[in-house]
Amino acid sequence: MTLPEGPPIRLGALDPQFSREIKKLAGTDFHACLQCRSCSGGCPFSDHMDYMPNGVMRLVQLGLKQEALSCNTIWICVGCHTCSIQCPMAIDIPGVMDALREKALAENIEAIEPDILAFHREVLHSIARYGRTHKLEIMLRYKLKKRDLFSDLDVGLRMLAKRKLDLSPSRITDLEAIEKVFRP
Amino acid sequence: MNAAGRSAPIEVSYFPGCSLATTAKENNQSLIESCARLGIRLIEIPDWNCCGSSSAHSISHRLAFDLACRNLALAPAGRPLITACPSCTLRLKHAQHLLRHDPEARRRYESLWGRPYDPDLHVRHFFGLLVEIDWRSRIGNGEIAALDLTFAPYYGCMLNRPAPLRPSSDHHGIMERVLGDLGMRSVLWASSTQCCGTFLTVARPDIVTPKVNAILQNAADSGAECVVTACAMCHMNLEVRCTLKAPIPIFHFSELIALAFGSARRDWFSRHLIDPRPLLRRKGLAE
Repeated sequence: MTLPEGPPIRLGALDPQFSREIKKLAGTDFHACLQCRSCSGGCPFSDHMDYMPNGVMRLVQLGLKQEALSCNTIWICVGCHTCSIQCPMAIDIPGVMDALREKALAENIEAIEPDILAFHREVLHSIARYGRTHKLEIMLRYKLKKRDLFSDLDVGLRMLAKRKLDLSPSRITDLEAIEKVFRP
Repeated sequence: MNAAGRSAPIEVSYFPGCSLATTAKENNQSLIESCARLGIRLIEIPDWNCCGSSSAHSISHRLAFDLACRNLALAPAGRPLITACPSCTLRLKHAQHLLRHDPEARRRYESLWGRPYDPDLHVRHFFGLLVEIDWRSRIGNGEIAALDLTFAPYYGCMLNRPAPLRPSSDHHGIMERVLGDLGMRSVLWASSTQCCGTFLTVARPDIVTPKVNAILQNAADSGAECVVTACAMCHMNLEVRCTLKAPIPIFHFSELIALAFGSARRDWFSRHLIDPRPLLRRKGLAE
């Protein structure tokens, strides 16, 4: 079996400040990465990523900011931690992905997987509104914004028929506390 | 043990989380029923909020921390906080990890929630509690139905230990042990900790469908008659995204315990997208 390969990493403008910033935000030392590629061999979603997880570790080590923030890997990663439990250096690889996503948004770098970002935003919108997630509304708003009401319509109807999707939200009483959390 | 042969009741705080409160009510109800039979009282955290799910930590570490912390702040002292959803468990434990190690995180917690964090609050998945108690001695004298079922234990990924939480347990093997005690046989198979695709199910079903099909096919090929999940989100993804012609049914772990205890309710199984009732009837476990 061959390990999946990402695109070659070319040395361009190196930004050590970026490296330090991501390290602080992620709370893990990716400089410990020795490129064993256990992460990429185990990742269930590597087929759909451009850079492999070990490639992303190299990008942040080197401070290749543009490449790290604009790869699709950071959006495809779901944080399943298959990589970090296999990592011999115990690097919190999904923590690095989280930090890169957050940084990409802060720098207004266009998300290469806009649907995934749109979904996250709808989930947070629901939590801000009710304190909990209201799945039916999340799905409807997501689909409306995407102008795609028909794909997955069958799935939605089956879930409704099986009483899996509540029509009204489960909500908390102290919404002020949630408001406080969402205040920038 | 008291005179009736039952051990003293255990009272724990309980964080159900959004999935168990809504899409996976059958998971929640069967857990509560099973615990009642074991003399475990689940006391729901009053006014709990979403732990932040995958989305909060995906785009804002601060939001993920704050949302999880409000729940920790609501948990009364002196009782462990039990979770049933592996994803919620991970979010709450991660917030706790930050509180333990980062003074800045503690300052933020105190300023938002008006109290110091409780370093003794024990956040744990229900499995952790099951391991600790002598659960067989707690069942009492009631009948237990032997469950003549061969199952594939599916833990999913979220009980795995991410690097910062490595010393904590991932509970693998507990389903085999407990359900084995109830008469079930487990298969060894390759996908028991494979990620189901989680939230990609919405934006990238093209990625999730083949994953889910491979997991369910793998379970069937291993000789399992059903899959048993530890995670309500996995349960939903497996059911919703499967496109196999005749997939094997998928149970929540707690449903089978309740079934063995004779406290299962018919309307749990009618909520499944892959109908488990034909299998249960064939095995004499349902009318």
